[in-house]
Amino acid sequence: MRGLSLLLFITVASDAATDLYVTGASLQPELGVSAAPAVTSPVGSRYVPEEYGHPGIALARSAEEPAAPSTEDGESSHHHGGGGYKIVQWEWSYVQTPYIIASWLLVASVAKILFHFSQRFTTAVPESCMLILLGLVLGAVVLIASKKQPYQLDPGLFFLFLLPTIVGDAGYFMPARLFFDNLGAILMYAVVGTLWNAFCTGFCLYGVKMAGAIDEKVNAGLMDFLLFGALISAVDPVAVIAVFEEVHVNETLFIIVFGESLVNDAVTVVLYKVYISFVEVGPGNVHTADYFKGIASFLIVSIGGTLVGLFFAVILAFVTRFTKKVRIIEPLFVFLLVYLAYLTAELFSLSAILSMTFCGIGCNKYVEANISQKSRTTVKYTMKTLASIAETIIFIFLGISAVDKSKWAWDTGLVVSTLIFILVFRAIGVVGQTWFLNWFRLVPLDKIDQVVMSYGGLRGAVAFALVVLLDKEQVKAKDYFVATTIIVVFFTVMFQGLTIKPLVKWLKVPRSTNRKPTINEEIHERAFDHILTAVEDIAGLNGYHHWRDKWEQFDKNYLSKLLLRKSVYHKSELWEAYQKINIRDAISVIDQGGNVLTSARLSLPSMASRTSFPEVTNVTNYLRENGSGVCLDLQVIDTVPGAKIEEELETHHVLAGNLYKPRRRYQSHYSRHFMTVGEKERQDREVFQRNMRNRLESFKSTRYKRHKKDRNPVVVPVAPEEDKHDPSEPDKDDDVGITFVARKAPETPKERPKSVPAALDVCQSPVAAPPSPTCGEKNLPWKSGVGSLPPCVSVEATKIIPIDLQQAWNQSISSLESLASPPAPPEPQHPRVSALSRLGGPLRTPAKGKSSGGVNAGSGSNTSSPSSGQFKFPTGKEEEEESTLSQQQQEMQPLMSSLRPPPPPPPPPAAQSATKRRNPCVYLRSLVTVPPSGAEPQSRKPTQL
Amino acid sequence: MGSTNSTLLKIPNVEVLMRETGFSPAHIIRLHDRFKALDKEGRGYLCPQDFGAIKELAMNPIGDRIIGAFFSPRETVDFHTFVKILAHFRPVDKDRPKEPNSPEPINSRSNKLKFAFQLYDQDKDGKISRDELLKVLRAMLGMQVTEEQLESIADRTIQEADLDRDDAISFEEFRKSLEKVNIDHKMSIRFLR
Repeated sequence: MRGLSLLLFITVASDAATDLYVTGASLQPELGVSAAPAVTSPVGSRYVPEEYGHPGIALARSAEEPAAPSTEDGESSHHHGGGGYKIVQWEWSYVQTPYIIASWLLVASVAKILFHFSQRFTTAVPESCMLILLGLVLGAVVLIASKKQPYQLDPGLFFLFLLPTIVGDAGYFMPARLFFDNLGAILMYAVVGTLWNAFCTGFCLYGVKMAGAIDEKVNAGLMDFLLFGALISAVDPVAVIAVFEEVHVNETLFIIVFGESLVNDAVTVVLYKVYISFVEVGPGNVHTADYFKGIASFLIVSIGGTLVGLFFAVILAFVTRFTKKVRIIEPLFVFLLVYLAYLTAELFSLSAILSMTFCGIGCNKYVEANISQKSRTTVKYTMKTLASIAETIIFIFLGISAVDKSKWAWDTGLVVSTLIFILVFRAIGVVGQTWFLNWFRLVPLDKIDQVVMSYGGLRGAVAFALVVLLDKEQVKAKDYFVATTIIVVFFTVMFQGLTIKPLVKWLKVPRSTNRKPTINEEIHERAFDHILTAVEDIAGLNGYHHWRDKWEQFDKNYLSKLLLRKSVYHKSELWEAYQKINIRDAISVIDQGGNVLTSARLSLPSMASRTSFPEVTNVTNYLRENGSGVCLDLQVIDTVPGAKIEEELETHHVLAGNLYKPRRRYQSHYSRHFMTVGEKERQDREVFQRNMRNRLESFKSTRYKRHKKDRNPVVVPVAPEEDKHDPSEPDKDDDVGITFVARKAPETPKERPKSVPAALDVCQSPVAAPPSPTCGEKNLPWKSGVGSLPPCVSVEATKIIPIDLQQAWNQSISSLESLASPPAPPEPQHPRVSALSRLGGPLRTPAKGKSSGGVNAGSGSNTSSPSSGQFKFPTGKEEEEESTLSQQQQEMQPLMSSLRPPPPPPPPPAAQSATKRRNPCVYLRSLVTVPPSGAEPQSRKPTQL
Repeated sequence: MGSTNSTLLKIPNVEVLMRETGFSPAHIIRLHDRFKALDKEGRGYLCPQDFGAIKELAMNPIGDRIIGAFFSPRETVDFHTFVKILAHFRPVDKDRPKEPNSPEPINSRSNKLKFAFQLYDQDKDGKISRDELLKVLRAMLGMQVTEEQLESIADRTIQEADLDRDDAISFEEFRKSLEKVNIDHKMSIRFLR
């Protein structure tokens, strides 16, 4: 907090200083920070156009805030004036605007960090509340320091920059299916509900005024109150997102409230515009035709906004068809066109929020399919970052704006009755509409849902920005309205936002589960859709499923053809879903390797000649780009629930810290260690043992599988081959990624991360240490200088890379393994590690038992090969754990090794054939189904499991 | 109301049917109309050919299987069977008090799942084998996906759901894999509520 206050102090100090030197024409602090909309400086006007973006604003003149042009450069100007060269110059006026913007962003971000320091605190108090409070405090400090309030939430900035970032994010990531499933309810609440709220609030306020409960000073007629009712009645998307995101109510409830808050924008805009024009001409001059014009205007604004959005969605999707060569600007297209959809709607004073929302919803499917995985990530993160910071700024500035003496035209009657009315009418409206909707809904909204929906009708910054935009000349009671709006916003965001969580808990509202669907669910739900469509057809009902099916046909036959890349179009959606799941798994596995992996470059000499994908040097990248059927061990990953990932990550950090950094260091001495067995001999041995044991494990599991699955055609050939292996190709080639297979492991997801370090223990434990490791080593081809073949092919490599890259991989890995290896993990780790191994052990016993047959077979065949002398280990539970270790750990090893690829020994023809032979035995699910270059057709054979 | 009653009266055992399926008279009448429309020859029962005449159904990738589900143990479908099968897709009504000893309603979660399950399990051995899954996938995915891709999807699916490692999905496993899915929502049609 100290840093924050320091920053604040600096800001305030500069403001205070500037107040001393108020000069007439000078730069405004920007970023909504700027006070007066009546900006004169060129810099300011760039950000604050005359006609504020919002459609409703076109009619409203800019608020004439009396805020003094707060200026600075008093300090800087005299520096400029001086003659002669100055070594250090104070160029405040030059950097002022961006500087202040950056400072506010920094304040907002730091504030976010601080709030999230205390877990207990943030779970109880929504961030939006804290931000508003912070804004209040900041505002108070600024006010005290500078006697004025130069900062407020500037409507122009809000509507043109802050709101679009939030709405864009909301629209683009809107769950389309859910949205359209509930479209009826959403439209109902958004249109009917908002109208109801607006009229009732307006009329009742007027009634209260007539009754005398509102002070005489509030100089407002019926039209003014209706106008106020219109702007105060709309549920605010920003507030709803901010509050509901933390509450995690179930999806249906969320989408209804959230959808309503977005869609009701059209209603708000029209009502606001209509009333303002009525207020302008005076209530007496309103003709009946004007009401119809209002209705027509509503239709135009809403439908027009939607169409503009969809138009841009089509353009965006179409453009992204052709960005294959310029992947780097894909995200930019997304941002630009979505934003243009918003601006264009503003341009024609249509509903910009609707436009942007539908642009996002409409383009999402096609754009996500067209752009690369990296672009997807970029889009996602950038949007989220922008939305998050925009939200933060909005709330902070709401708080700051409240601290302004000029705004405090307080009327208790108005404030209290407004609060009561919006709550009461919201509740009545929700109950009434829900009653009506439940006649038609498949899943009726029960009472609890209605309570949450009523209570979740939060008002926010949109209302505030609209009320600030009112023209004081025409709406005499503007100050009162502003004050009331602030109170209403604060009450809903802070009080309701604070209490909605306990309420939801207390009512036992079904929570949402943040869970990605499994492939089973994807398939079956798709089947359900087909079933329901068919049943509707049979039963002769042209229901929802019927029409959705029609739409899907249309989409498939026309839209997708137009908007999707050819390569993408030919993939079915289910396949996409499958790939997404796989890639998600793969990435989650790979990303746990963190920086190590992403920096890994596959620049093997053998690959230099590969022209098929010249630009692809990064394996991960390559896979993400091509989405080739990367199939990592699904079960292992799938059974790791989200919460576990952190735990796993931690484990990975331990691993990475202990294993990889040192290894990298050795790599720099690569050539030295390549030939000679240095002082690291012991570690080499350990790594070798580990690898061998892993391979043994995988071999066992393969064996086991092979026995189990008699349909596997490759079973027979492999076993004899292994016996025939000569020392130069000692390794079981069938280990292609089998390590992943350990089928039992997934059943104990909890133990998995923990068991990883356990394997380290194994390496050092006396049990694991082979009695005569050296004799095995002596026979190793690469140690004895024969070194013609990559002996230790790290298993996982083959998993991650396409089959046709395997050769290269194997080479690099083998050279790695013959090389320096990670030093032993630090001693202190031991106690914990062994404890963990004990923990993990028993749970894994099933696997051990099952694979015992494989053990015999494996060791039997291995003993015949000199290079595998180390396989005669006690096969304890440690080995079982090790196989688990390998799943994660080995994955990284190959990639690491490829950082500095060694010149691989020229693979003799025998090696080639060995590689070839191995390919059919791709048992693992982890395998590349579609090698891009199409080499080695058998390798395409998908997993036999 | 007179016409309503007369239509209902034409249906034998209509009370039993309504009690078993939970459909209201309006539902029954509507379905009866549909039944008669499908039964062009007025035989009082439907044949697979009658279903084949529904042209939307012909475009449904798993339409054949659904027709098959109607005719699975029988050759023809009379009105009672027709309604009973459709009753699988009636939304679950929470309001209706559940009598403790009443049989499980047709539209219960487990019955809905069973209906879906039998679409996969064509050989009726109580398990979705890899081949059966592949067939469904092939039907649903169309020609756009290569056989290898299909197989890897199928493998993964089975592997994911298969708890007893028999390389097939039993009903229990099927139910488990969909545990988190709100079947009541996803397998229900709003029948004239």
